[in-house]
Order: sequence, then C-alpha cells, then structure tokens
Amino acid sequence: MSETTIGGIAGRMPKFIRRADPAVLTAFACIVLLLFVGSLYSRSFLSPEYLLQQLKVASFLGVIATGMMLVILLGQIDLSVPWSVAVGAMMASAMAAFGPVGVALAIPFGIFCGVLIGIVNGIGVAYLRIPSMIITLATNAVAQGLMVVYTGGFSPQDSATRAMRYLATGFAIPGVPNAVIIWALIGAAMVFVLTRTGFGRAVYGIGNRERAAYLSGIDTRRVVMIAFAVSGGLSAFGGVLLAGYASKAAQSMGDAYLLPSIAAVVLGGTSILGGRGSYLGTVAGVILITLLQSILSVMQMPEAGRQIIYGVVIVAMLLLYGRAPASR
Amino acid sequence: MKDWRYWLAEQRGTLLAFGIFIVMFTIYTSNHPAGFTANVVQTASNKGVLLAFVAMAQTLVVITAGIDLSVGMIFTLTNCLASWLVIGTGIETAFGVVAVLGTGLLCGAINGAIVIYGRLQPIVATIATGAVYFGIALLLRPFPGGSVNEDLADALTGRLFGVVPASLVVLLAVVLLVWVPFSRSVLGRAAYAAGSSEMAAYMSGVPIRRGKFAAYALGGLLAAIGGLFLTFFTYTGDAAYASGNAYTLFSIAAVVLGGVSLFGGKGSAIGAIFGALAFRTIGDLLFVFDFDPLWQPLFQGVILLIAVSLGAFALFRVRNRLEWFL
Repeated sequence: MSETTIGGIAGRMPKFIRRADPAVLTAFACIVLLLFVGSLYSRSFLSPEYLLQQLKVASFLGVIATGMMLVILLGQIDLSVPWSVAVGAMMASAMAAFGPVGVALAIPFGIFCGVLIGIVNGIGVAYLRIPSMIITLATNAVAQGLMVVYTGGFSPQDSATRAMRYLATGFAIPGVPNAVIIWALIGAAMVFVLTRTGFGRAVYGIGNRERAAYLSGIDTRRVVMIAFAVSGGLSAFGGVLLAGYASKAAQSMGDAYLLPSIAAVVLGGTSILGGRGSYLGTVAGVILITLLQSILSVMQMPEAGRQIIYGVVIVAMLLLYGRAPASR
Repeated sequence: MKDWRYWLAEQRGTLLAFGIFIVMFTIYTSNHPAGFTANVVQTASNKGVLLAFVAMAQTLVVITAGIDLSVGMIFTLTNCLASWLVIGTGIETAFGVVAVLGTGLLCGAINGAIVIYGRLQPIVATIATGAVYFGIALLLRPFPGGSVNEDLADALTGRLFGVVPASLVVLLAVVLLVWVPFSRSVLGRAAYAAGSSEMAAYMSGVPIRRGKFAAYALGGLLAAIGGLFLTFFTYTGDAAYASGNAYTLFSIAAVVLGGVSLFGGKGSAIGAIFGALAFRTIGDLLFVFDFDPLWQPLFQGVILLIAVSLGAFALFRVRNRLEWFL
C-alpha cells in the first residue's frame, strides 16, 4: 500500500472509493437498506437514541468479532467463542465474591481465563498442527465441562461488579455509552496493530501463505499462538461486558455469539481463507448483523423465524461475495 | 507388500477403534452392577447407535476433506419431524418414515449444493444452514412433545430373539445398504479421491463434484436415520439447541477416535461406528464408577481434546520443517 499524501478531501475521495473493497461497500449498502426497511416499520427506528442503543448492543459483538477477525485473517477459525464468553463472564463474577481485592481483579481475571483458553487453542494449532476448527471445538467442550462442574449445572449466583456494570452501561462522556467507547478503543488498537506493526504484517502474510511467511523469517507459530490468545482474551472481555450489561453471568450466554461473530467478519469482506480483509469491513459486518437482529425483534419474529432468516441471509450474502475462486 | 499387510495398514484406524471399544466395553460391563446381561447390552447399544448414525454421517463428509457442523441440527430437525409424521396406521407410518428420511437427504443435498456449487467454506456454510435447520425444528416443536408409532418404536429398540438388540441389527443393515455400496461405487471412490487430493483427482477425470455431493447428501440421510431413532427411543420430538450441538461435537470426536483423517481421504464409516460406541462407553464409565454426573461434560471434553491431540504424533516423523505447513 502506498502512503496517502495529505490533500484536500475532494482530492482524496475518488481514490478512497476506488481502493475500497466492493464487499465493504456492499455491506454498507446493506446497512442503509436495513435502516430504510426498519424506518418503514417504526418511526423511532431512525431516532438518535435508538441508533445509539443499537450501537451499544453492537459493541459487545464488535469486541468479540475483533478477536475472531484476527484469527480468520490467519486462515484459521475460533469455535471456542461461546464458552470463552461464558468463562470470561463467570470467572469475573466469581472473582468478585472474594472481597475488595477480588472486585478489583474481577475484570483482569476474567480476561486472563479467556487468554488461557486462547493459549491452549494456539498451542494446538501452531505447535501441534491440529486443525483449528477441531481443537477450538475441543477446548470449547472442556471449558463448558469446567464451568458445569464449577457452577453445578445452574447459572451462578455471583453478580457483576460495579466496574463491570459501569463499563457496559455507564456514560463516561455524556451521550456516548461506555461500551461504544471501549469498542472504538479496541478497534483503533486493532487497526494500528494490523496496519502499522510487524505483527499485523505477519498476520496477513501467514494468512496468504504460511510457508512463505516462515521462509521470510517470521516465527509463524508464535504469531498464530498470540493471535489465538488475543482472540480468547477478547471473547472473554466481551463476556465480562455482557455480564455487566445483564448484571450477571448465565450458562449459555455465549451461544448466541458464535455464528454472528463469524458472520460479521466474513460479511465484512474478510476472506475466510485468510490474508485479506479490513477492520472497516468487520465494523460494517457487526453493525449489519446487529441491525438485522434488531429489525427481526422489532417485527416480533419468534426465535425459530429469526434463526431461519439469519442462516438464509448469511448464506445468501456469502454467495453474493464470499465465494472461493473457481479452482479451474 | 502382501495383500493382508496392505489390508492391515489400510484398516489400522478401524481396528484400533474396535480394540478401544472392546477394552472399554469390557471394563464397563465388568463394573456394571448388573454385569454382562442382554439388558445392559440393549441399553448401551440403543444409546451408542444414535451417535453411530450421526458419526457415520460426519464420516462421509470428512472423507471429502470437508466438515458438516449441521449434522446435529439435521438430527434434531428430523427428530421433530418424525414426532409429527411417524404415527398412525402402517401405511401412514411408512409414509412418515420415507418423508423424514427424504427431509434428511434434502438437508444434506442443500449443504452439498452450497459447499460444492456455491463454493463456500464448509465450516461457515454448515453453521449457517445448521441455524436454518434448527429454526425449522423449533417451528415444528416450540415445546417438547408429539408421539410416535409405539409398535414400530418398540420393535426397533427392543431385542430380536430375546438376545440381539434390534438397533444393532438396523445399524448393520444401514451399513450394508448405504455405506458398503457407496464406498465401493465410483462416487464413493471419487469422494475419497477428492479428499485425498482434489487436484490430482480432477486431473484424472474423477467425478469429484458428484462424489462430494453424494457424500453430503448421504450424510444428511444418515443423520435423519439417527433422528428417527432418537424419536423411537424418546417417543417425543424436542428442538433442543444444546443437544444438537452436542451431537455435532461428539460426531467429530467419534470420527477422530475411529481413525478417520480430518484432512480427508482416509478412514471408513465402520471405524467411526466403533469410535462412536467407544466414545459413548467411555462417557458411561463415569456412571459405573459412581462419579457425579456433573463431571461428564468435562470428561467427554477432555477425551475429545486428547483424541485430537494424538494426531500430533505424526509431527515427529516430519523431516523437513516446511511440511508443517501443508
């Protein structure tokens, strides 16, 4: 990528559009379409309060999808999201029961547990060369098993700390929910890492061709492991925020985030084969998925219909622009 | 290489799974309070057969180097459908069975069409179609309920001649009617070849697309047989998200235990069946040793983790580090 020269907005716009990924443009077009459809249903759909509320809900998915994107850029996948989310939420809430020290350590401890899951995934994928889809399913099962043993099969009684609730529902800047600020910070950090650091370059390189990346002197295994650890940590952080939002953790709270997080990344134009994609696309994908969910709930669609529409929309969109190149 | 040694090398995974199953089942029955009786065997086989069908379904797809994360949901969907249709007089019941199996076949065919002709990644495509199938299941059965032709259900889950579990006989029949013809047909060879090296298979004029499509479609059919059997055991239909997901997960565990390579082109459904039976037996071992049932999910997860990690031993044979990245 050549460095952009600082010029007038008019001078930059055409180039910006020319360089934009068609998938990202399609995703944004779909967002506009959804907003239009939504506004037909209800007048308040386009009100700033409602949109801000949507953005707040989107930011939980956004945090989780950030980690998922990093892993997908490597050409891998992280199917341990559901229980990484639940582990983050439950462990943070559990830590809160241990007095003032526990309350202070609650959030870091939740994230730490997610990072541990991610490291196990990373070791499996990078060093043991187990297909990521399999090892992450396995760690997901183990994490579930651990939580079932810990909670005795019921949702835990511990509740979220004040700090967790503040992060998820508070307003540090008037009018802007904290969750949105957190997503913006994490997103900015991710953009910086992906475009301005050697690690980011290595991620794209490995996604394109791990052999070539290895031969050019990158410690590809370390990069893969760090990426999985980050993904686990971000999933757990998403869980911590969700626990703060609902003020407690629940058994299957992460189940609703696996398909959406993958879909958000892939609908945003990131190649599922790795090596190609931008964070802007993921942002578009996350907003797209959240708006879709919100329209379905505004239409009072039952859970069954939601699942069906959801799956159909994702397959349809992938068929539109997520297809692998013809092999011959 | 002599013929029998070649055969042995090819069937190593299957034989290993068979061995694990025999050892586990011996430990299980010898510690079971009732011992090795027809009743214990019948209960164990009824539980094991469910997973065996789903594992066979997964095997067909895994052989083509794909994966089907919607098998559990097809299983759930057909269970819900069967709780509506497989009831009434003989003709009605027969029609219901055909309709349920046809639905499974259709679900598998949709997966195959999207993955092969739509050129989408199997993981994402089947997670998405799984959501659709689960949605339809939920539409059919918002709450657990329904009923099934109990004469047929009892006949297929009971015992033949008082000794042989009928479900095992059905499993054997399905193997003989579906798996054996498929694996020996041109399409079956094409599925193996596509999983082993799609490029080479294409260059040699093997009908890889048709082979892969047949594998996905038959996978749906086998999952539907599993769903039908679940209805026979429980007499009800239940659209349970957790149970569908668990069956998908366990089917992968069973496939790995059964010596089917996740990279495609290697293994057989027979191995996966023994993998499934072994996995079920290991899970039930906890009960005969009086562990708290709460530990079962963790125990099964750890078995899965160990099973998939065993493949890493192949790394010791790698001479050139570049082979890591194949």
